[in-house]
Amino acid sequence: MDIFFQQIINGLVQGSVYALVALGYTMVYGILGLINFAHGEVVMIGAMIALTALQALLAAAFAPVLAVLFSLMIAMAVCMALGYSIERIAYRPLRHAPRLAPLITAIGVSIVLQNLAMMIWGREYHSFTLPFTSTSHHLGGAVMNDVQIGIVIVALVIMAGLMWLVHHTRTGRAMRAVAENPAAATLMGVDINRVISVTFMLGSALAAIAGFMVSANYGIVHYYMGFMLGLKAFTAAVLGGIGNLRGAMLGGVLLGLIESLGAGYIGDLTGGFLGSHYQDVFAFFVLIAVLVFRPSGLLGEKLAERA
Amino acid sequence: MKLHRSSGHLTLAIALLALPFIIDALFGHGWVRIADFALLYIMLALGLNIVVGYAGLLDLGYIAFFAVGAYTYALLGSPQFGLHWPMYVVLPLGALIACGFGVLLGAPTLKLRGDYLAIVTLGFGEIIRIFLNNLNAPVNITNGPQGISAIDPLQIGGFSFGSSYEWLGLRVDDVHLHYYLFLGFTLLVIFVSRRLEDSRIGRAWVAIREDEVAASAMGINTRNIKLLAFAMGATFGGISGGLFAGFQGFVSPESFSLMESIMVLCMVVLGGMGNVGGVVLGGVLLVALPELFRNAAGPVQQMLLGKVVVDPESLRMLMFGLALILVMLWRPAGIWPSTQRRREFDADDSVLHQEQETVYDASK
Repeated sequence: MDIFFQQIINGLVQGSVYALVALGYTMVYGILGLINFAHGEVVMIGAMIALTALQALLAAAFAPVLAVLFSLMIAMAVCMALGYSIERIAYRPLRHAPRLAPLITAIGVSIVLQNLAMMIWGREYHSFTLPFTSTSHHLGGAVMNDVQIGIVIVALVIMAGLMWLVHHTRTGRAMRAVAENPAAATLMGVDINRVISVTFMLGSALAAIAGFMVSANYGIVHYYMGFMLGLKAFTAAVLGGIGNLRGAMLGGVLLGLIESLGAGYIGDLTGGFLGSHYQDVFAFFVLIAVLVFRPSGLLGEKLAERA
Repeated sequence: MKLHRSSGHLTLAIALLALPFIIDALFGHGWVRIADFALLYIMLALGLNIVVGYAGLLDLGYIAFFAVGAYTYALLGSPQFGLHWPMYVVLPLGALIACGFGVLLGAPTLKLRGDYLAIVTLGFGEIIRIFLNNLNAPVNITNGPQGISAIDPLQIGGFSFGSSYEWLGLRVDDVHLHYYLFLGFTLLVIFVSRRLEDSRIGRAWVAIREDEVAASAMGINTRNIKLLAFAMGATFGGISGGLFAGFQGFVSPESFSLMESIMVLCMVVLGGMGNVGGVVLGGVLLVALPELFRNAAGPVQQMLLGKVVVDPESLRMLMFGLALILVMLWRPAGIWPSTQRRREFDADDSVLHQEQETVYDASK
């Protein structure tokens, strides 16, 4: 039972990170119908910038709490600028191009970002330690430390904030209108380009936060970390029903739980035949199963047949 | 006119036959090897072109079929199990098994559309790779991450494509022999692709790509036809996988990562989806470009700055990524699109895009 609780905790923490990244995918998809393949790299850049900023601020004798806060804000600002530029350079000119064209530029952007990061920060793993001690709390037999608690709380607050923004502000209403029908939204006086830019910036800010969280949790940063994370988060978004904000959150948390429980129990379930390195297989199998029985994802609306 | 055409074909044939020796003389042995790989990738890209270009089903796990073909060849023709089955048995068998996997993947996923299909195929590709990576315990089948080495060379009877021969004073090495073998297969795949394009099946694929509902209303059995696209693409993937294993003499799960699937997809889209010539061009470019950059990235820095400042390997990939973006911005429909697609694309600027439902045109 202790292992069970421990895996639940691990799953929740990892799931919160997936959920934040998945929101970035799903918002862009909802509005543009585009898989923003470069999103995972934005997460990585966020983590790298946060690391560099944190080290610089601490060296400049900032108070630890301030240093953490400022470095997070710097990472968010850089990522927002990055997200904005990616959309302007690689996606906007292709808005009326065949559907796969922006997918290829997205892959191009992803390759460019990855290799830029490799040039700047090198190939090695950087350790990412927060400037204060993280005490561990024992809940029954399971352990959860301050960082993990922080991750879950921050993720919850941010998701609540995002829901408020989307459902109770003018910008949010504009976003929903464009997602529903861009042409009609334009007629109603919505500036589509502005809405799209805002969406990309929001998603990138979430990505920066997620990057910070995942690095703080595992304690390492690496130029290649964005790829698999992005893939998993996209999987989570599809699992929940892509284009649906609640779906992305649910899918993220579910995927985190499935993965950690799967990794924890797959050995017992198969009598030791399959080990925990089949963790990823588990996630993908669940995804395929869900999509086969519910092709629009868990919370996805049934889309009208679009030719 | 007729004479003119056949003489054109003759020139092309001579050029293709002489090409490996010309490359060898001008650039050296390594580039002939690269040409061999280019041919393998062209075969792969043409297979994917059937699924993505003709039938419009976005497949992000295509490399899995390549892996199935390669591992079939590797397991049945290496010391791994002590089996040394001949090439003319193993290659078709690999193609058949890959085809089976294609149907296996296609059957449950066919009702998914667009991007959902993309993510499921992606997951499938990863599943295959992870299994290949981990099937070394408790029973060792694939040898895990170490991969399988000492795979039999491609050979028919006593003639091995893996050794050198001397005919009429002309030394013909293994890379040259493989070139001709792969060229033969590539031409076969091109021939099949073109014939399929103009056949009932090919037209049905295009109809499904353009409008599935309308296609099914016209009496096309969309399920079977889509399944056929998957199976056909997978078969081509399986054949080139087998050839790859025999050529390389070594396979490991590393060669079948998601990045490889994406690479093949880039060849199809960059070259011009649905157009055989465009896909071939895309394959050549995407194999040659990174190699060119590899050779240029170090020396050019040396020349301009006096020392190697940036890691040439990452600079090469950086330039490659930029090239992908720029080419797509310059020619969004691909470098050499099919005439039909080009027409649609031109029409887009006038009437069509006022009717579209999303900002990105959902119909393409």
